[in-house]
Amino acid sequence: MVSFNILILVSLSYVAVLFWVAFLAERRAATGRANWLRSPVIYTLSLSIYCTAWTFYGAVGYAARSGLEFVTIYLGPTLVMVGWWWVLRRLVRIGRAQRITSIADLISSRFGKSRLLGVIVTLIAVVAATPYIALQIQSVTLSLAVFAEHEGAFWTDGDFARAAMWFAGGLAVFTILFGTRNLDANERHHGIVMAIAVEAVVKLFALVAVGVFVVWGLGGGAAQMMARIDAANLDLWDQSGSRWVGLIFVSAAAFICLPRMFQVMVVENDDESHLRVASWAFPAYLLAMSLFVVPIAVMGLELMPAGSNPDLFVLTLPLSQGANGLAMLSFLGGFSSATSMVIVATIALATMVSNHIVVPLWFALQDDQQGALPGDVRQLTLLARRLSIAGVLALGFIYYRLSGGGTALAAIGLISFAGSAQVLPALIGGIFWRGATRPAAAAGLLTGLVVWLWTMFLPSFGPGAVIPAAVFADGPFGIGWLRPEALFGIGGIDPLVHGILWSMLLNAVVFVGVSLVTFPSPLERLQGAQFVNVFDHSAGTRTWSRPVADAEDLLLMSQRIIGRTEAQRIFAREAARQGTPGRLPKATPDFIARLERELGGSVGAATAHAMIGQLTGGSGVSVEDLIAVADEAAQILEYSNRLEAKSAEQEATARALRDANAKLTALSIQKDAFLSQISHELRTPMTSIRSFSEILRDGGLSAEDHSRYAGIILDESIRLSRLLDDLLDLSVLENGQVVLRPQTGRLSALLDRAIAAAGLHERNLTILRDRDAEDIEITADLDRLVQVFINLISNAAKYCDAKNPALTIRISRAKGQHRIDFLDNGIGIAAQNQELIFEKFSRLADESKAGGAGLGLAICREIMRRLQGDIIYLRGTSGTAFRVTLPMVSEPVAS
Amino acid sequence: MKPPAKPPVFLERASYRQRRLGDAGRFLPVLGAVLWLIPLLWASDGPETPSKAGMVTYIFVIWLVLIGLAAVLSRLLPDTDQPSDDTRR
Repeated sequence: MVSFNILILVSLSYVAVLFWVAFLAERRAATGRANWLRSPVIYTLSLSIYCTAWTFYGAVGYAARSGLEFVTIYLGPTLVMVGWWWVLRRLVRIGRAQRITSIADLISSRFGKSRLLGVIVTLIAVVAATPYIALQIQSVTLSLAVFAEHEGAFWTDGDFARAAMWFAGGLAVFTILFGTRNLDANERHHGIVMAIAVEAVVKLFALVAVGVFVVWGLGGGAAQMMARIDAANLDLWDQSGSRWVGLIFVSAAAFICLPRMFQVMVVENDDESHLRVASWAFPAYLLAMSLFVVPIAVMGLELMPAGSNPDLFVLTLPLSQGANGLAMLSFLGGFSSATSMVIVATIALATMVSNHIVVPLWFALQDDQQGALPGDVRQLTLLARRLSIAGVLALGFIYYRLSGGGTALAAIGLISFAGSAQVLPALIGGIFWRGATRPAAAAGLLTGLVVWLWTMFLPSFGPGAVIPAAVFADGPFGIGWLRPEALFGIGGIDPLVHGILWSMLLNAVVFVGVSLVTFPSPLERLQGAQFVNVFDHSAGTRTWSRPVADAEDLLLMSQRIIGRTEAQRIFAREAARQGTPGRLPKATPDFIARLERELGGSVGAATAHAMIGQLTGGSGVSVEDLIAVADEAAQILEYSNRLEAKSAEQEATARALRDANAKLTALSIQKDAFLSQISHELRTPMTSIRSFSEILRDGGLSAEDHSRYAGIILDESIRLSRLLDDLLDLSVLENGQVVLRPQTGRLSALLDRAIAAAGLHERNLTILRDRDAEDIEITADLDRLVQVFINLISNAAKYCDAKNPALTIRISRAKGQHRIDFLDNGIGIAAQNQELIFEKFSRLADESKAGGAGLGLAICREIMRRLQGDIIYLRGTSGTAFRVTLPMVSEPVAS
Repeated sequence: MKPPAKPPVFLERASYRQRRLGDAGRFLPVLGAVLWLIPLLWASDGPETPSKAGMVTYIFVIWLVLIGLAAVLSRLLPDTDQPSDDTRR
C-alpha cells in the first residue's frame, strides 16, 4: 500500500531534484564549464520529450484497443531520424545560420521576415498544442487519482480540478524560473535541457522496469510471453491500411513540426554532430519505449478485471500485484513525461507568442513613442514571455476543465499532431524550394488550418458540441459536399485519415499553386537562397556563436570606419565612463548604441546599424535597413557624380588654357621667326645700298661704274620699298583693316590689265587665253583681284623653266563659283612644298630668280579670302598650276 | 566579371564514395518506410495471417536493422559536405 501522502512527498522531492539539476546546469553553463552538459547523449535524451505522458500511459491503452497501430507514432519519428541527412541536418544548419528561435520564426524568416506568417504559425501551434497540454494535465491527475483510489478515496471533480491547478501552477513557476532566466540571442536553456534529459532517463527506466516486471515477473519469460501474445484476446492487426500509412506520415510530420520538438531539435542544438549520434540513438530510445507496450497490454487484459481503463495499465498492473515501489516509479515516469513535455512546449509556444504577437503588438501600440531604449525592449520581452508561459498553461488548464477530462480528450493527441503538421508544406517547401513564396505559404497554412479545424478539431468535441449534428449529417447550410467528415462527398473514410488527407493535400496544393503564380519580394528571394543553399555558404562545423559582440571586434571595426585615433579615443572615454580606464570597455547595450551613433556619423545610420548588428548577432538586416543603406549609397553616389562633373569642367578649362598657352607660344615663335626673317630680308638690300653708297662717296670711279652702282642702289631701294609695301599690305590684309571697293568689270579686261602690268616685255612667255570664256562680269574689288593675277602671271614668267614657257588661263564655273586656273608648262612644285608656298617669306630652293621677298602668294591668299574666294595649288597637272576661285555674287565683306 | 568556374563533371574516388554515402543516408528512410508498409499486405483474417508474435517481431526486427544501419552510416557520413547541388555524379 502506497500512502498518498508519501506519493506527494516523493513527487515534490523529485521536483526539487529537477530544480537542483536545472540550477546546477545553469550555473555550470554560466561559468563556461558546460562541456559535459553538451554531449550528444544529452541532446538525444532531450529529444525524448516526444514521448509524453500520452504515450507513456496511452500507448498501452492504444495497444489494448487497436493492436499494433500504437507503434505508428514511433515509426514516423524513427524514419525522420534515420533520414537525418536529408531534412534534419538541413533544418539544424539553417537554424544555426539564421539564429532561428522557433518554428514560427523559421517560416517567417524564410518568407521575407513576414510578420503575418509568424502570427499564423503561432496560432496554429497554440491551437494544436493546447489540447495536448490539457492531455498531460489530465494524465497526471488521473494517475494521482489512481493512487488515491487505491487508498480508498474516490476523487470528486473538485479534487481533479485542485490537482490540475497545482500541477499547472507548479509547472508555470518552474518554466518561468528556468525558461526566462536569460534572454539569450540563441534561445538555449541549459538548465531545462538538463532537467528533461534526467526526466528522459527516469521515464525510460520506469517503463522498462514495468516491462521487465511484466515479462519476467508475471509472464514467465520472453518465450512464454510470445505465446501469451499469440493467445491473447487482442486483435493486433485490424485497422485499415490507410490508418497505418496516415499515422506514420502524420507522426513523422509532427515530429518535425511540433513547436516543442523544433525547440529541442533545432533551437537547443549546440553542435550539428549531435544529430549524427541521435540519428540512431533516438530510434533506439523509441524502440526501448515501445518494446514492452504489447506485453504490458496483453498481461493487463489478462490480469486486470474487465472494464478497467487500459490507459492506466502501466500504473494499475504493478499496483494490483502489490509492487508498490514499481508503481511509484511508474508514476514518476508518467509525471516526468508530462512535465518535460509541458515545460518545453510552453517555452516554445511562449517564445512564439511573445516574439510574433505580443512584442510586435506592443510596438504597434507604442508607435507614437519612437525609439524605445534597448533595456526597455529586453524587459518587455522577458515580461511578455513570462506572461505567455502563464497564458499557455492557463489555456491548457481551461481546455482540460472545459472538455471535462473524459475520453474525448484522449483522442485528441493525433488530431493535435495533424494540426501541427500543417506547417510541413511551408517548412519543407521553404528549405528545399527557392520558388516558394510568402503569399503561397500564408495561403497554404490558412487552407490547412481551416480544413483541419473543420474536419478534425471541431468535430473532435463530438456531434452537437461545437458543430451541430445536422451539419455533420447534411453539411453547413445543407451543402452536402462540405460535411466535416465527408468533404467533397467522399464519405466512409476513417475520420482521422479523412482529415489528414484533405488538410495536407489542399494545404500542399494551394502552397505549390500560389507559389507558381506569385512573385517573391527581394528580401524573400535573398532569404530563400540562403535557406535552400545553406550548405553552400555556411561554415561546415562551426559551432560557435556569440551572444554579444566582443569589445575587441567593435574596436577593430570602428578603427576601420572612423580611423585609429578617433576610435581609440571613443573607447578610452567609454572605458573611463565604465570605471575601468586603460582597458577595453565592456560592450554594454548602452555603449553599443552610442558607438552606433558615432559610426552612423561616418557611414550613415543604416550602415552603422547593419554593421553593429552583424557583430552583436542581433536580428539580421531588415528591409528598412537595406532601403536606408541604399538611400545613403544613392546620396553618396550623387555627390560623387556632382564632384565628377565639376572636376570634368575644371579639366576642360585647364585644357582650354593649355591650348591657349600653346597657341600663344606658337604665335610668339612665329613672331620671332617673322622678325628674324624680316630683318634678314631688309638687311640684304640695305647692305647692298650701303656698300655701293660708300663706293660712290669715296669717288674715283668711271662714269660707267658710277651709273651701274647707282643703278644697283636704285634697284635695291626699289626692292626695299616694294618689300615694305608688301609688308604693309599684308599687315593691313591680315588685320582686316583693308577697305574693299567692290566694282563690276569684265574678266577679260582685268586679265589684259594684269598681263600688261606684269612686265612681260623682257621675258619670253606665251599666254594662251580663251576669250569667249573670259567674257563674264565679275563683281569684286577689281584692283585687288588684278593684283593677284599680276602676281600669278609674273611668277609664271619668273619661275617657269620650260624651253618655251607658256601660261594657259582657263576659265570654268562650278558650285556657284568662278574658277580661274593658271597653268604653266614647267616642272611644277614638289608635293611637300605645295602648301608652303603660301606662307610668308617662303621661297623655294632657287633664290637667284627671286625678285621678291616671298610675300606674293601670302598676300594673294589673304586678298582672295577677303574677297570670299580662295587660291589653291592645283594638283595633278604637269606644270605649276594655281586656281583662283571667286563667288559669282560676292557679298561685300564688312571689315 | 569572371564567369563562375564550372564544377568538374566527375569526382575523385573519395568524394564519389562520400556522395554515395549521402545517397545512402537519404535512401535509408525510404527503405524503412517500404519495409514498414509491408504489413499492409498481410491478410487480415485467414490461414495466411502471420502469428501475432510474428507481427510484433517483424516490426521490431526492421526497427533494429534501421537503427544498426543508421549507426553505421552516422559514422561514415562526411563531416563537412560539398555544396548541396547534386548535379555531379
